Amino acid sequence: MTGDMATVTGNRGLVIEEPLIFEQGSPAKCGVDLPDPADKPDRLGGLARSGAIGLPGLSEPEVVRHYTRLSQKNYAIDAGFYPLGSCTMKHNPRLNERMARLPGFADLHPFQPQATVQGALAVMHHLSDWLLGLTGMEAVALSPAAGAHGELCGMQAVRAALDARGEDHRRTVLVPDSAHGTNPATAALCGFKVRGIPGDATGRVDVAAFKAALDDTVAGVMLTNPNTCGLFERDMVELAEAVHAAGAYFYLDGANFNAIVGRVKIADLGVDAMHINLHKTFSTPHGGGGPGAGPTVLSAALAPFAPLPHVVAEGDGVRLIEHIEGDMQPFGRMKGFHGQFGVFVRALSYMMSLGRDGLRQASGDAVLNANYLMARLGDTLTASFEGPCMHEALFDDRFLKGTGVSTLDFAKAMIDEGFHPMTMYFPLVVHGAMLMEPTETESRETLDAFCDAVLALAAKARAGDAAFFTEAPRHTPRRRLDETKAARTPVLRWEPPAPARAAE
Amino acid sequence: MSTLYFTEDHEWVAVDGNTATVGVTDYAQKQLGDVVFVEVPEAGKVLAKGDEAAVIESVKAASEVYAPVTGTVTEGNTDLAETPATVNDSPMDDGWFFRMSLDDASELDDLMDEAAYAAFVASLD
Amino acid sequence: MRYLPLTDEDRRAMLARIGAASVDDLFSDVPAAAWTAPEGFDALPPHATEMAVERQLSALAARNVPAGSVPCFLGAGAYRHHIPASVDHLIQRGEFLTAYTPYQPEVSQGTLQTLFEFQTQVALITGMEVANASMYDAATGVAEAAAMACRITRRKHVLVSGGVHPHYGAVTESFLRYTDIATEVLDPNPLGIEDLMGRVSEKTACVIVQNPDFFGNLADLSALAAECHALGALLVVAVAEPVSLGLVTPPGEMGADIVVGEGHAIGSPLNFGGPGVGLFASRKKFVRHMPGRLAGETVDEDGRRGWVLTLSTREQHIRREKATSNICTNSGLIALAWTIHMTLLGEAGFTKLARLNHMKAVEMVERLEQVPGLQVMTRQFFNEVLVRLPGHDAAGIVETLAERGILAGVPLSRFHPNYPELADALLLCATETTETQDIDALANALTEVLR
Repeated sequence: MTGDMATVTGNRGLVIEEPLIFEQGSPAKCGVDLPDPADKPDRLGGLARSGAIGLPGLSEPEVVRHYTRLSQKNYAIDAGFYPLGSCTMKHNPRLNERMARLPGFADLHPFQPQATVQGALAVMHHLSDWLLGLTGMEAVALSPAAGAHGELCGMQAVRAALDARGEDHRRTVLVPDSAHGTNPATAALCGFKVRGIPGDATGRVDVAAFKAALDDTVAGVMLTNPNTCGLFERDMVELAEAVHAAGAYFYLDGANFNAIVGRVKIADLGVDAMHINLHKTFSTPHGGGGPGAGPTVLSAALAPFAPLPHVVAEGDGVRLIEHIEGDMQPFGRMKGFHGQFGVFVRALSYMMSLGRDGLRQASGDAVLNANYLMARLGDTLTASFEGPCMHEALFDDRFLKGTGVSTLDFAKAMIDEGFHPMTMYFPLVVHGAMLMEPTETESRETLDAFCDAVLALAAKARAGDAAFFTEAPRHTPRRRLDETKAARTPVLRWEPPAPARAAE
Repeated sequence: MSTLYFTEDHEWVAVDGNTATVGVTDYAQKQLGDVVFVEVPEAGKVLAKGDEAAVIESVKAASEVYAPVTGTVTEGNTDLAETPATVNDSPMDDGWFFRMSLDDASELDDLMDEAAYAAFVASLD
Repeated sequence: MRYLPLTDEDRRAMLARIGAASVDDLFSDVPAAAWTAPEGFDALPPHATEMAVERQLSALAARNVPAGSVPCFLGAGAYRHHIPASVDHLIQRGEFLTAYTPYQPEVSQGTLQTLFEFQTQVALITGMEVANASMYDAATGVAEAAAMACRITRRKHVLVSGGVHPHYGAVTESFLRYTDIATEVLDPNPLGIEDLMGRVSEKTACVIVQNPDFFGNLADLSALAAECHALGALLVVAVAEPVSLGLVTPPGEMGADIVVGEGHAIGSPLNFGGPGVGLFASRKKFVRHMPGRLAGETVDEDGRRGWVLTLSTREQHIRREKATSNICTNSGLIALAWTIHMTLLGEAGFTKLARLNHMKAVEMVERLEQVPGLQVMTRQFFNEVLVRLPGHDAAGIVETLAERGILAGVPLSRFHPNYPELADALLLCATETTETQDIDALANALTEVLR
């Protein structure tokens, strides 16, 4: 901010400059009052720390103000429309937060005797029932911590099943070119080689190329459906039959489950494993980057290989199984303790609130909202593929050709208009991708306001006002940041300033 | 006086007698954008044609630099670790990646000359 | 339905604009064989009011015994500490709670600056040069550290001490199971007598230890670090109780190359074990081999200081099958809670809290040493010790005391059912939340049942 607009402090009304905690406070301050420790000889065996750590000291009001000010520099769903494709940024009900904070859930130690945590184990069991009821699958592993972790769970189960069959010649995994980057990374971790499968002109997997690639070296296939172009893979059942006929397994990336929940049972698509992002479909908060949870549902073929722990109903109680029993063949353990329990409570609270009918209505509204964006924007922005989309609408940058405005510039101008941008440059299969996922928790009024703004911006770009875009955003706490500088000379932590050269 | 060859991976190879100097082309550095990190091979590393020899990263992309011919690395341009921007500023000169021996001169027959590479680049857009 | 803003009138108008007759028509690409009519989900309940859901879930919660409602001595990787009220207030601000990963830095400076503060705090307390923006938890962090050590050393053998939390060892073994890396997890080592030095070789990528170890023992790791470095291996140190770093010599000062910690105990309630937050720190020269996200300092177009996610080319959305890890999210909100709690504590509070924990444990041990038939095995410790109850099944004792309203620690048989020699062993932990009367209740009850 320059010229007459500048303030003395650099603050701008509600947007207040805030130094790092390390640049505030003094060692004499503390934000907690603790009782004095007893003064007994220590039993540390001479391993007591010496010297100061270097942490700053702040009082409680200073800490509260610091983090409140920082929070005000964030965009969030609570504040506005967040159409980040592939991320399902829907409303996060606060009932779920209240439920997760009940002392009977939040204040449970993971290794209490099982008789003292029957309600918690029941939560895990109810959650399993919901996930299996919605997907029609045989078993669920609750412990994966997030989507990519769930992928790892499913693909490790595939690997374990192949090993049990003694088929060590199957080491190839087919992954469409439009897949999330986590898919090939996961396959590589399981000791598989990745072979790409091209898409066809309709934005779906090329069925002929897919079938041609299926030979006896193929361990499995990783597909996303609805896919990353926001389209349903129409031939999925046929593809799954071909995969199974070839002796391989079918992994479905469940990132986009929100489009079909309550309408399509995953088992009916011929799936062997799918992770479910509780932080997308079932509305647990993203928290600025986690924690999520990625329970993974498994077919009868893969169920015996599910990782520990397991939760089983026995008599009128529920039992947590932490070690191998009977003929189970778990490939191992994915996570410390019993998984993301706090996330389970939130997701269960959400499912109970919406119920079977509400979840079906939710996926319908999510798809309706995306198609509404497509209908209102499709004549101006360039839709990449034809036909009804699912829960997200994909556009590319052809409408910007010759304007001097890039997808990124366009997104930054949307920020100035008060909207979070869509996902950009993903999927990689179209040029300058713009992937918009409105979710079901947005009103028609919000969608109209968004579309009006986007259409006006598109007109402005085509009218030749490139600078309006390349200089955006202007109204944010910071303008565009120098990512090259950040990467060339990484500064990843605060360092105390070099001491002034004393007494010279 | 060296002779210049090019690969379809946008690498250049300057051959002088038995020694080949390898870097990435101006087209490649423009596609990558600001280069932020380069890892070059150490002297003594034996490379078959097509092996991954070096890594180049920009803010948004990462890619491998492949050995254009078979041979042994004689020198890596270690300055690039400190000043990766040299790849952007001087891709064909100070921004060279590594030098290697040329074990089989016939491998050069598969590479392009300057005119062929210019035509190849023109065909990409 | 309270979460869905569209009215029937909205839906009709929108369908008209789209040119579709019904919402179901939008699903025309779904094959009939895979379509389920509403009745197909009748096994699941219909929607419920907020009041009804609250009633049902509260009833389930009421079937549990909250750890704070009784004397509680459980640790074994999950530690119960008092959390200042302002932590939970601040993390529930919607701007933190309902934001995505900070990919658009201009509208995410709050999350990014917090992560930068988090990284600095983690580096400071572990005695390391750099830290990342967090992992899922310590168990997955240890697994990632093992993979990272293999990338750095280009070796394929990982050695896990028997003093490491059994879940960390199991997760590491599972994570690397189908790679070309061999993971060797040593037998449980309750007395701290395993010979790690004799097992490190020129083939070892890293040795993974824990301090204090799973059984409570504190060790000086300097000699082990020197031996590892002499043989070209890395030393990975896990810390299950982060509060210990306020009192104990940090792993960085003992020569650790990578430090992994479980952070949940600062800022977050027990939550039955999850979500946690993995602290992950290393030497600066290894930063490009590090998994996970990193916030870095830079400037904006107007020259003002700001923060971005950086070095992201290591990540899977760019490098795909060559990524350093397949992990996408971190544990942002739990990291935020950690940072706020740490900031409230500050230097004075953090060191005092650590000393308070240790003194409570010393008090507990002094009292337990008077219980006939009980042997305290751990000689030097922070806030947790291993005891033996010769001639008794520790799990049975724990069940008995639970019926009397005391959560009397974690029996080792819960982790090692196949080691009958550990059946009488019990882990007991004290924190600042432990009262003298709790310790008396535990000691008196043990005296009775061991008689």
